[in-house]
Amino acid sequence: MKKALLNFFQRIEPDKKKSPFLHTLFDGFFTFAFSPNTTTAKGVHIRDGMDLKRTMVHVVLAMQLCYLFGTYNIGHQHYLALGQYTGLLEGLHLKIAHGLIKILPIFIVTHVVGLGIEFYYATRKGHPIEEGFLVSGALIPLIMPPDIPLWILTVSIVFAVIIGKEAFGGTGMNIWNIALLARVFVFFAYPTYISGDEVWVSALEKTAVDGIPTYMSAQYGWAHGFFDWIFSGVGWSTFGDGGVLVADGFTGATPLSLAASGGWESVTSVYTESQMWWGTIPGSIGETSKPLIILGAIFLIATGVASWRIMVSMVIGAAVMGMILNGIAPSEFTETTPGIFKFMAIPWYYQLSMGSFLFAMAFMATDPVTASSTNTGKWVYGFLIGFVGLIIRVMNPAYPEGWMLAILFMNTFSALIDHYVLEANMSRRAKRTQVAVS
Amino acid sequence: MLILLFLVVQVADNLLAVEAKSIGADDGKSNFSIFPRFSELFAPKTPDFVGESSVTYLKQGHDILLEGAPESTEVQEGTATTFAVQPPNFIGLAPIPKVLVEVGDEVKAGDPIFFDKKVTEVKFVAPVSGEVIAINRGEKRSIAEVVILADKEQKYKALAAFDLDKGSREELVAYLMENGAWSLFQQRPFNVIPAPGDVPRDIFISTFDSAPLAPDANIVVAGKEAAFQKGLDVLNQLTTGEVFLGLNAKGEGAPSTAFTEAEGVEKNWFHGKHPAGNVGIQIHHTKPIGGQDKVWTLGVQEVITLGTMFLEGKYDASRVIVVSGAEISEPKYVRTALGAKVGDLVKDQTVADNVRYISGDVLSGEQKTADQFLNFHDDQLTVIAEGDYYELFGWLLPLSPRPSVSGTFPNFLFPDARFKADSNTHGERRAFVVTGQYEKVLPMDLYPQHLMKAILVNDFERMEGLGIYELAEEDLALCEFVCTSKQPLQQILREGLDTMREQS
Repeated sequence: MKKALLNFFQRIEPDKKKSPFLHTLFDGFFTFAFSPNTTTAKGVHIRDGMDLKRTMVHVVLAMQLCYLFGTYNIGHQHYLALGQYTGLLEGLHLKIAHGLIKILPIFIVTHVVGLGIEFYYATRKGHPIEEGFLVSGALIPLIMPPDIPLWILTVSIVFAVIIGKEAFGGTGMNIWNIALLARVFVFFAYPTYISGDEVWVSALEKTAVDGIPTYMSAQYGWAHGFFDWIFSGVGWSTFGDGGVLVADGFTGATPLSLAASGGWESVTSVYTESQMWWGTIPGSIGETSKPLIILGAIFLIATGVASWRIMVSMVIGAAVMGMILNGIAPSEFTETTPGIFKFMAIPWYYQLSMGSFLFAMAFMATDPVTASSTNTGKWVYGFLIGFVGLIIRVMNPAYPEGWMLAILFMNTFSALIDHYVLEANMSRRAKRTQVAVS
Repeated sequence: MLILLFLVVQVADNLLAVEAKSIGADDGKSNFSIFPRFSELFAPKTPDFVGESSVTYLKQGHDILLEGAPESTEVQEGTATTFAVQPPNFIGLAPIPKVLVEVGDEVKAGDPIFFDKKVTEVKFVAPVSGEVIAINRGEKRSIAEVVILADKEQKYKALAAFDLDKGSREELVAYLMENGAWSLFQQRPFNVIPAPGDVPRDIFISTFDSAPLAPDANIVVAGKEAAFQKGLDVLNQLTTGEVFLGLNAKGEGAPSTAFTEAEGVEKNWFHGKHPAGNVGIQIHHTKPIGGQDKVWTLGVQEVITLGTMFLEGKYDASRVIVVSGAEISEPKYVRTALGAKVGDLVKDQTVADNVRYISGDVLSGEQKTADQFLNFHDDQLTVIAEGDYYELFGWLLPLSPRPSVSGTFPNFLFPDARFKADSNTHGERRAFVVTGQYEKVLPMDLYPQHLMKAILVNDFERMEGLGIYELAEEDLALCEFVCTSKQPLQQILREGLDTMREQS
């Protein structure tokens, strides 16, 4: 089998001179299927079994549970809003089908656009295809709202990959996290698609009943029709035509936007703590379920792929800032004060379990390229992300979440942190050798 | 109340430490606090044979366990008959030295073979007696090797006796240079042969090699204890500072008495995984080198050769080497001489097909063909399989076990498993992506990745500041092994060292 495949690959190998693009493409797929037969030349004679592909794929593996749950949760939130199938397992096939219809296009577009650009630049620069986009491409769908228009997604990825990565020289050279750069592009260029209360639940559209604005489910498309055809064939319930009004009391707001306006009380009036913990709440596709993210983080730490230093120090940083905010605005004094003080009074441990803190900690801050590269630097870097991120989340009146901005901000400064760590190392060395001489 | 008490104790404790510092009693090693240090609480138990001496525990590092270590510690007679002196073994030599012999000449062990045209005093001598059968040239007509077919009965050039107590340092240096002993020294920074006028600040000797399949120095030194001690005495005359001996505190038993009872030297115990046995690491933890310092390093067998010159009046370049690796039928220790022919050493073995011969260990050795010779400072021949095969989804689902420090392989479940490694790169070269992995295996206060980047952009100040002078290739070899991006760290380091050497 292996031999036949190898022969097949070697037979179809395109000519490098005549069609460089095809050859780069071929090389990409070939090295995906087969570890190359290159041997060590100078230097070490044996090499560790670990390479960049394996590193990257382990990050992607760590996200798989988030993908599974995210797919389900898109459908679950949709039906929860309509007041149908409110049980976790009711209408499971519909929820998953709806989730797939939403997430697959996002996933495919992300990879086609991102990898396309990657392949193009690899050909142009004459180097093999690098694995960087494996992780970015897996992260981007998870941090987008389910209803993101595909053209906006495309534009944001083009921006992130070309300006954020290829302009700096490709994988390993970028300054900012690619996935977050894509998201921040949408955030600033098309804010209405990624903030507010209406974007986190999929397939709803505005309508009005008796002049009071409300929402109803949008017309289902051909894909839903296809699934309906299958489901009705086996006798299961179907999607129908859409146009169902949302249930009474539906807001679509995320816990954080509730917290920003009314503090912990208004959060708990809509969502229970266990809902927020298990992740059956509206939000970006992959960031809602805390246990699954923690499982991913444990997997990353256990395999040594991601830095535990950054994760731990980020938790410490956010906890410290949370306690400071609690100290400034204790809940006893803020019961009657509206707005921001109530947000500040939310106990710090709830701050950590709300929003996308854990997802940012496990998958975004730990990107080795954009994080600080010294171990001491990682402590500072992670701490400051946690510290600054919570300030942004609470103090920013426009948008109650801060990790994306905090991480990009600290990405910018990670080299500076490293600089001081290295300076310290250099002066330590100078001192040490002086002592040794005298 | 408790907090107050704790504060009082804490202040008193700090005062104690301040006092210790002010009277100069605090040398960084003794603990003057009433609280035990964390490292003391969790440090592994010091083995009995160390006695009262303090031990430097090195946490970072990794032992690559490979198949093909010799089962018997018995040293057998080697089968090598052809030997060579190879000018490219010495860093910094002009590529075309002045060769003093011709093909067909008879030489005795210790007869000069060539010298560098720039440094005419330093002679390089024949390791064995016999007939010069070839002078092979390499690129651009440089001299690659001078090959000697050894006599059955070894003849030594008789050396004039030298009285260590009476002779001055200048006379000693002249004697060493004339008789070929000068080339035994390696000078850091740069790992070059010292210039005739150089006086080392200190001299460092590591008495154990922690590299994969490396020979056990206790076996090497057996029977040569007197020569080793004599060599140390000579070294003491050469340096204004001290001679440091690095000893292994991690071994199963006590090191040879040649090391533990050596006189006139400063002994330091080290406990750690590879590269704890590298002399560069030991220097870093004893008395680090700055840009102005010069220290010399020697291997155990070089010290013995040096000592024999003064004990017996001859240049005895015999070596105990280990012929190791999973691809040969019987890994073993053999007694032979410097620069033995690779093919000769495995004459009595069955060697698998498609193998790679390495002079030295798998991390910092050099690839050789069967017709080539072991390098000057190597006392090890390793034979591993070539890895020129394709592996289906090898990066994702590796089917055969392989050495790795990564937690993504189940290797940590089998801490004592030995691996059959081959020369496959297990991946393609990439830009630096993963951070912090070098620091895990390098027990030095140093940032290898940043140093590499400084070298690549030719930033002299950074290179110097980040400690390029403290490193030789072998120290970074393990970092290169673990590198996810498959970067050639040793090569980059050598380029950096060459640049710095030209600058100075």
